[in-house]
Amino acid sequence: MANIQEKIAKLCQEATFEEGQDLLVCVPDSKWHALAKSLKEELHFDFLVTIVGMDWTDKLGCIYYLKSTADNAMISVKVTTEDRENPMIHSVHDVWAIATTFEREVYDFFGIIFVNNPDMRRMFLSIDWKGYPLRKDYDDSPEINPVPKENERQEDTTVSYVETEDGKIEKKTINVFEPNDFVVNIGPQHPATHGVLRFRTAVDGETIKKIDFYSGYIHRGIEKICEGLTYPQTLHFMDRMDYFSGHHYHHAMCMVYEKALGIEISRRAQVIRVLMDELARIASHCLFLGTYCMDLGATTMLFYTLRVREQILDIMEKTCGARMTFNYGCIGGVMQDLHEDFVSDVKELLAVLPKNIKEYNELFIGNVIAKGRLENVGTLTREDAISYAVTGPSGRASGWACDVRKTNPYSIYGELDFEEVVYTEGDSMARTKLRIAEMEQSARIIEQLIDNIPEGEYCVKVPKVVKLPAGRWFQMVEGCRGAFGVYVESTGGTSPLRLKLVPPCLPLANVVDHLTRGTKIADLITIGGSLDYIVPDIDR
Amino acid sequence: MYEITFATITNWIDTFLGKYMPEWLVTTVECLLIGVGLLLVYALLALFYIYFERKVCAAFQCRLGPNRVGPWGLLQSFADMFKMLIKELITLKHIDRFLFALAPYLVIIASMLSFACLPWANGLQIIDFNIGIFFLIAVSSIGVLGILLAGWSSNNKFTLIGALRSGAQMVSYELSIGLSVLTMVAFAGTMSITGIVEEQKDLWFIFSGHVPAIIAFVIYLVAGTAETNRGPFDLPEAESELTAGYHTEYSGIHFGFFYLAEYLNLFIVSGVATLLFFGGWMPLHIPGWEGFNAVMDYIPSVVWFIGKAIALSFIIIWFKWTFPRLRIDQLLKLEWKYLLPINLVNLVLMVIIIVFNLHF
Repeated sequence: MANIQEKIAKLCQEATFEEGQDLLVCVPDSKWHALAKSLKEELHFDFLVTIVGMDWTDKLGCIYYLKSTADNAMISVKVTTEDRENPMIHSVHDVWAIATTFEREVYDFFGIIFVNNPDMRRMFLSIDWKGYPLRKDYDDSPEINPVPKENERQEDTTVSYVETEDGKIEKKTINVFEPNDFVVNIGPQHPATHGVLRFRTAVDGETIKKIDFYSGYIHRGIEKICEGLTYPQTLHFMDRMDYFSGHHYHHAMCMVYEKALGIEISRRAQVIRVLMDELARIASHCLFLGTYCMDLGATTMLFYTLRVREQILDIMEKTCGARMTFNYGCIGGVMQDLHEDFVSDVKELLAVLPKNIKEYNELFIGNVIAKGRLENVGTLTREDAISYAVTGPSGRASGWACDVRKTNPYSIYGELDFEEVVYTEGDSMARTKLRIAEMEQSARIIEQLIDNIPEGEYCVKVPKVVKLPAGRWFQMVEGCRGAFGVYVESTGGTSPLRLKLVPPCLPLANVVDHLTRGTKIADLITIGGSLDYIVPDIDR
Repeated sequence: MYEITFATITNWIDTFLGKYMPEWLVTTVECLLIGVGLLLVYALLALFYIYFERKVCAAFQCRLGPNRVGPWGLLQSFADMFKMLIKELITLKHIDRFLFALAPYLVIIASMLSFACLPWANGLQIIDFNIGIFFLIAVSSIGVLGILLAGWSSNNKFTLIGALRSGAQMVSYELSIGLSVLTMVAFAGTMSITGIVEEQKDLWFIFSGHVPAIIAFVIYLVAGTAETNRGPFDLPEAESELTAGYHTEYSGIHFGFFYLAEYLNLFIVSGVATLLFFGGWMPLHIPGWEGFNAVMDYIPSVVWFIGKAIALSFIIIWFKWTFPRLRIDQLLKLEWKYLLPINLVNLVLMVIIIVFNLHF
């Protein structure tokens, strides 16, 4: 870490450093773009994990979390501005492709304008929204933003703030589509968008020219709500983002709080959490396969995959009391102990799983039409996967070994024996096959743990009132769809100053435009389905 | 040889009516009777097919299928039909009203006209003349007009794309159907539907026609599935891409017409395949096995025809519930690059077999 600090100090004299969980580099805005370039090119920080918008009341700013794919080192960079009327920070969209969207999100919530970013529109909120909700001085009275009675207004133009040669900043209006484009609205109500997501698609016959990805239809402002809740209360939102990765998200958030509080949880709780994570992963990949095949017209497959998923949901129901919003993890361990049938039920599942996986391979993967539809469709290169921050199974199908369980082992994953499946083709077929292979690996993890669940308490004692010490923490876990991160900044009170959730699905939906250009409308379904994004996770 | 022939019944009705009415009135009454009968059979068969497909697909998908309305859910499709009949016809703004209303009728008329050409049983056939099969191909291709009109007049981008897909698909696959039918017509030596059935009284064409008949059958089955817009060729109504394709905007009985026509086209395609390859209503005869042939003759010809058609439909339904959907370019590639050349070669092969008398 000190090594990196020296190197950065050499690259940028103005940089100051703050110690913490990760190294925090503070740079002035004027040097940020140049530093970003050299961070990526010279120090190989090629993966932009997230941009956390911040309002410290005296100043606004962003914290950029960067990760190196070469050695998995992680640093964070803080860029601030004191101007509250017209805050501006230079964009890094030309360094990391995903920054375009992350910056748009920060603009939406904090009103920070990113100079040179080609698309400075609202993202989750409607275009007529007044104010920036995550600022501390935001007025949330319903008079300012009443519930709309008319249809949502929509614009075909976007703005960009471009810096000219002599340093002046000009506002430019850009058309999203060309004047004669035939724009088809796919979504928000559409069978293949897996939720209320909208793709405005410019097509030429059957060929896609451009996609404008439009989200926010189920934006609930979870991050904003959490700022007014106590820490244990914030946990309950974790089931309501990616509803298949509820266990993983709980896991991430519990870990971040436990880390901040310095709580060591029992081995039993850790094993239970990992078991639940992996069971949920199998269930999620099953559902992916089923719905994906249904999108492609092979309806029967759905029932074969649901059969396994049902079995897993029954197991979950017995232990957690719910089939969807499990709400199982809590600070210090898990909510309830395992059900007495848990071990036998899981063993039953493990017995039928290989047979089912074989059937999936025979029925769908080996099918000649499926091959024709999936192979070489939506090929994502490794460089693009990293630049667009496409993590999870989709990133691994492009040859990027990005499994957080391996790169930054958390909980007991370091001791477990499993393989990180990585394919290099990067097409839709690789993404599909990889998920099936991951189901096998998850089963392997469960097999190792199911017979040695240690005795002990399932939840350690935690203070009645949870107060995090002042500071900031960041934790990533491997969700079903990719790397999920939680950023917490506390001032020492009972509720967070800022809680940033880093959903894996936002980059996944964002990359659709890049992958579908020049392909057919039917390929949009193939590609979108193979990325397997979940809309509540994007919108939060 | 064929004791049970429906001609006796129809002749009897004709003479019976002739006793009491002038000739022009007899013709009118007979036409009306046939029309009503046709409609009734059409509707009942469609209902049966809806039930049949649901049960078959349920079996494939480890489900039970309809089982609440009536014994074994038999009345489910009747209930559905009544629901469809009493539903409101939603009027849309900014559409071409005349064409929008016309489209479902074109589709259903095309389907009914081809339905009337089928050789139901010995002596039971409505439209029968010397170019019967030619007429059948001609009327069945009117349906695509209805689909194009539906897609165009709905003033909706999804329906338009669906209609364009459908147009490209149907025009292409009509070629394959035409050529494989031509292969069999060349073999039969006649275009008359009764003629083709009569030709198969000793052995069905699929057995007597050698390799080219089998190739023609496989191509016909693939192209026929495409003609009926069924999976894996259901691109015009690909629900995950275009919501419901060309009939997205239709409601009530207008939607019902599209729905009925789709199921009946399934029956018609299987019926024509039965006619061309499996002897129409002819019982299964094997030359030399006199006893067996006599037993087979006891099964009524109408059972033979409907049974064979349903068995073939089962295969087409099986396709749908197993395969994923093709993409439009793959669909056209399959037709123009593979099926069409194979079909042309097959036709030449068939001619060689006929000329040199190599068939059974």
